[in-house]
Amino acid sequence: MISDTVVELSRLQFALTALYHFLFVPLTLGLSFLLAIMESVYVMTGKPVYRDMVRFWGKLFGINFALGVATGITMEFQFGTNWAYYSHYVGDIFGTPLAIEGLMAFFLESTFIGLFFFGWERLSKLQHLIVTWLVALGSNLSALWILIANGWMQNPVGTVFNPDTMRMEMTSFSELLFNPVAQVKFVHTVSAGYVTGAIFVLAISAWYLLKRRDLGFARRSFAIAAAFGLASTLSVITLGDESGYELGDVQQVKLAAIEAMWETEPAPASFTLFGFPNDDTMTTDYAVQVPFLLGLIATRSLDKQVLGIKDLIEHNEGRIRKGMDTYAALERWRAGQRDDATKAILLQPQNDLGYALLLKKYTPQVTDASPAQIQQAARDTIPKVAPLFWSFRLMVAFGLWMLLLFVLSFYYCARRTVENQRWLLWAAVLSLPLPWLSAELGWVVAEYGRQPWTVSGTLPTHLSASTLSIGQISFSLSGFVLFYSALLVVEMFLMIKYARLGPSSLGTGRYHFETRDAGQASLAAASPHV
Amino acid sequence: MAEFAAFLLSYETLRVIWWLFIGILLIGFAITDGFDLGVGALLPFLGRTDEERRVIINVIGPTWEGNQVWFVLGGGAVFAAWPAVYATAFSGFFIALILTLFALILRPVGFDYRSKLHDPRWRNFWDWGLFVGGSVPALVFGVAFGNLLLGVPFHFDADMRSYYTGSFFGLLNPFGLLAGIVSLSMLVMHGAIYLQLRTEGDIQQRAQQMVALATKVFMGAFALAGVWLLLGVSGYRLESFPGVDAPSNPLAKTVVRDGWAWAMQYVHHPWMLLAPIMGFGGAALAWRCSQQQRPGRGFIASSLALAGVILTAGFSLFPFIMPSSSDLNSSLTVWDATSSHLTLKWMFGVTVVFLPIVLAYTSWVFSKLRGTITVAQIRAADKAMY
Repeated sequence: MISDTVVELSRLQFALTALYHFLFVPLTLGLSFLLAIMESVYVMTGKPVYRDMVRFWGKLFGINFALGVATGITMEFQFGTNWAYYSHYVGDIFGTPLAIEGLMAFFLESTFIGLFFFGWERLSKLQHLIVTWLVALGSNLSALWILIANGWMQNPVGTVFNPDTMRMEMTSFSELLFNPVAQVKFVHTVSAGYVTGAIFVLAISAWYLLKRRDLGFARRSFAIAAAFGLASTLSVITLGDESGYELGDVQQVKLAAIEAMWETEPAPASFTLFGFPNDDTMTTDYAVQVPFLLGLIATRSLDKQVLGIKDLIEHNEGRIRKGMDTYAALERWRAGQRDDATKAILLQPQNDLGYALLLKKYTPQVTDASPAQIQQAARDTIPKVAPLFWSFRLMVAFGLWMLLLFVLSFYYCARRTVENQRWLLWAAVLSLPLPWLSAELGWVVAEYGRQPWTVSGTLPTHLSASTLSIGQISFSLSGFVLFYSALLVVEMFLMIKYARLGPSSLGTGRYHFETRDAGQASLAAASPHV
Repeated sequence: MAEFAAFLLSYETLRVIWWLFIGILLIGFAITDGFDLGVGALLPFLGRTDEERRVIINVIGPTWEGNQVWFVLGGGAVFAAWPAVYATAFSGFFIALILTLFALILRPVGFDYRSKLHDPRWRNFWDWGLFVGGSVPALVFGVAFGNLLLGVPFHFDADMRSYYTGSFFGLLNPFGLLAGIVSLSMLVMHGAIYLQLRTEGDIQQRAQQMVALATKVFMGAFALAGVWLLLGVSGYRLESFPGVDAPSNPLAKTVVRDGWAWAMQYVHHPWMLLAPIMGFGGAALAWRCSQQQRPGRGFIASSLALAGVILTAGFSLFPFIMPSSSDLNSSLTVWDATSSHLTLKWMFGVTVVFLPIVLAYTSWVFSKLRGTITVAQIRAADKAMY
C-alpha cells in the first residue's frame, strides 16, 4: 500500500498544477475566438484599427499562451509520474483522448500560432485570417478532447474490467466520444473560456475609456467584447453542467452535496439558496429554501426524484457488498478457477468492483471487511459538503453578476453612450478577476466533488497514486510551488506592463504614448521591445 | 484484400505497428524539436551580442511550438498504446522527468518573454534559461534510453502496481551518461546545421565550426556506445511467453539475461544493421555537406543520422521496451505492455487519418517561414520579433 501522505501530497500537487494551468487555458480559449472575430472584421472592412486590435490583443494572448503551454506539459506527464496505478488501470481508455488531443488539436493550434505572430508579412490577408481561425479551432478542439477524458472520469462509459490484464479496457469508442457528461462539460467549459476572454478585453478597454485614451480602439474592442460576452455568458448559464448530474454515480452524489440535500424529497425537490451544511449532523443550519427549483434544474422534470445524501450512502453500501462478491470472484479467477460462472460475475457491466476497492483502505483483503468497515466505506463515498456547497454558490453568483455586466455593457454600446457610464466602466475593470475565480471554483466542484474516486465508481483515489517516496513528492511539489509562483509574478508583470501601454506597444506611431510629444520622449527611454 | 485487412488489423500486427508509430513519433520529435533543443543548447555560445542571440532565437521562434507537440504527442501515444510503460517509466524516472519538465517549461516562457524587456540581465537570464531548456532534455532523453538498454530496476505486484527500486543517481551510470552524450551531441549537430542553413555571416560561420565539432563528438560517442553495448552490456531474451496476441499481462512470461542478446538481433536480422550505418553515415555526410556550404543537404543527412540512432536503440531492444533488471519477468515488451486490441485499432485509424494532415500543414507553415534571419531584419521589425 502507498502511504496516505503520498496520496495526499500527490492530490495537492495535481490540484495546484491543474488549477494553475487553468489560469491560462480559459483566456486562450476565449481570446483566440475574439482575435478571429476581430480579424474577420478587419478583412471585411479593411480598417487598420481592427488589424491593430488583433495585434495588440494578440500580444497579450501570447504572454498568456506561453504559460498555458508550459503548464500543460506538466499535466500530460503528471498522470504517469504521480498517478501510475491510475495510468495502468485506465490508460487503455483514458489515454486515447489525450493522444488524439495531441494529434488533432494541439498540433493544429501550436503549428499555426507561430504563423499567427510572424506571418503578417508573409501571408495574404485571407490566409492570415484562416490561420487565426485555425488557432482558435485548435484550442477549442483541444478542450473537447481533454473534456472527453475528464468526462469519462466522472461517468466512465464504454469500458469493462479485464481480469487477465487487471485493468479497465475500452469496449466502445463511440460511447467514450458521445459521453453525455463530456459533451455538457465541453460546452460549459469553452463557454466559460469565452466569457473569460470577453471580460479580459472588456475590462482593459474600459480602463482605456476611463483614462480617455485610444478611444476608437478601446470603444471597438469594448463593443466586440460586450456582444461576444453576452452570448457566452448566456451559454454558460443555460448550458451549465447541472444538466449532466443525473448521469453517473458520482454526479448524483455531487449534486446532492452541492445542494446539501441530506434527505430525498418528494419530486420536484426544493433548492437551498443559503445555509451552513454540517457534515457531522447531516443537516443544514439556517437553510433558506426555494420550493421545486432544484428538481426542475437537475432533472428538467416535475416528477423525477433527486436522491438525498443519506439514501445515497445506503445505496452505496449495497454496491460495496455487491462489489465484495465480485472481488471474491476475482480472487478465484486469479487463483486459477476460470469457470464460466466466475467470468460472468466479473464481466457484468455493473460488477461494482470499484466499490469493493474502497475497502482496501481498511482491509487489504477486502472480502473480510466487517460491517463497520463497510459502513465507513459507504460514508466515504460522500465528499465534504460545505466546500462544494459554497464553491458552487459563489460560482453561480459571479456568473449572474457577469451576465448583468454584459447586459448593461451591450445596452450602452447599442445606445452609443458607454463612454459616459463611468460607473459601468469601473464595474467592468473591477470584475476582471471574476471569470478566473468562477472557473477555478467550477473545477473545485467538479473534481473535489468526484472524491473519493479518480474514476467514478471504478477506481478510488487512494489506490491511484504512484509508489513514490515522501521525499520525491516533496521535491516535486515544492519545486512546482516555487517555480510556478515565480512564473506567475513574471507573467503578471509583463501582462500589466503591456496592458498599460496599450496599442502604443505596437510601434505603429498612431497611439496615445506615441502621439503625445512628452510620451514620445518617455517611450524612447523606457519602452519595452516586443 | 479482406485477408490483408485481417492481417493488418490483427492484434499481433497492430502491436508491431504501434512500436513503429512510437518510433516514428520519436524520430519526428528528434528531427523537428531536436534542432530546437540543439539551437537552445548553442544559444549563449554562438550568439555573442544581444542582436545575434535574437537572430538565433528567431530562427526557431515561429516553429518551435509546433515542433514540441511531437514530444507531447509522444507522451500521449505512449499513454494510449503502452499504458504500462507510461505508468512504469514515468513514475520510475520520477526525479529525472520532473527536472526535464522544469527545463522544458523554461522554453515557452524564454522565447516569448525574453525580448519583451530591455534589461540586459533579464535577457541574459532567459538566454541561459533557453540553454537549460535545450540541453537538459537532450541529455536526459539519451540517459533514459541508455538505461532502457541496461534494464531498469522495477517490478509489479499481483495487482499490476509497479515499484521502482532504483534511485535517481542510479540512472547516471557511465553507460547511461555516454548515451546522454550521444543524444546531446547529435541534437547539437542537428541544431548547428539548421542554424547554418538559416543564418548568415558570423553566426553561420560559427555554426559551421560547431557542426564539425559536434559530428566528431557524436560519431566517437556513438561508436564507443556500440562497442560497450556489444562487449559490456548484458541483454535480455524472451525465454517463453503466452503469445503475440495474448492479453497484455507482463507477468505471464519468462525472461532470461543473455550477454549477447542485443547483438544477436543483428545476426538474426542483418538488415537491422542499416540503422547504425545510417547513424554514422548520416553524421559523416552532414559534416561533409556542412563543410561544402550545403547545409540544406546536410540537414537531411543529419535527420537520417537521428533516425538511425533511434532505430538502433529500438532494434537492439525489440521486442523489449523496458526490461527489468531486478525482476526479469516484469520486463515490458511489445507483446504484453500494449493497450487492448480495440484501443490499438481505433488509435491506428485516427493516426492514419490525422498524421498525414499534420505533416501537410506543418510543411506548408515551414515553407511560409523559410529563408534566412539577419540582424537587419531584427532591427527593422524590432517590436514584432522575439
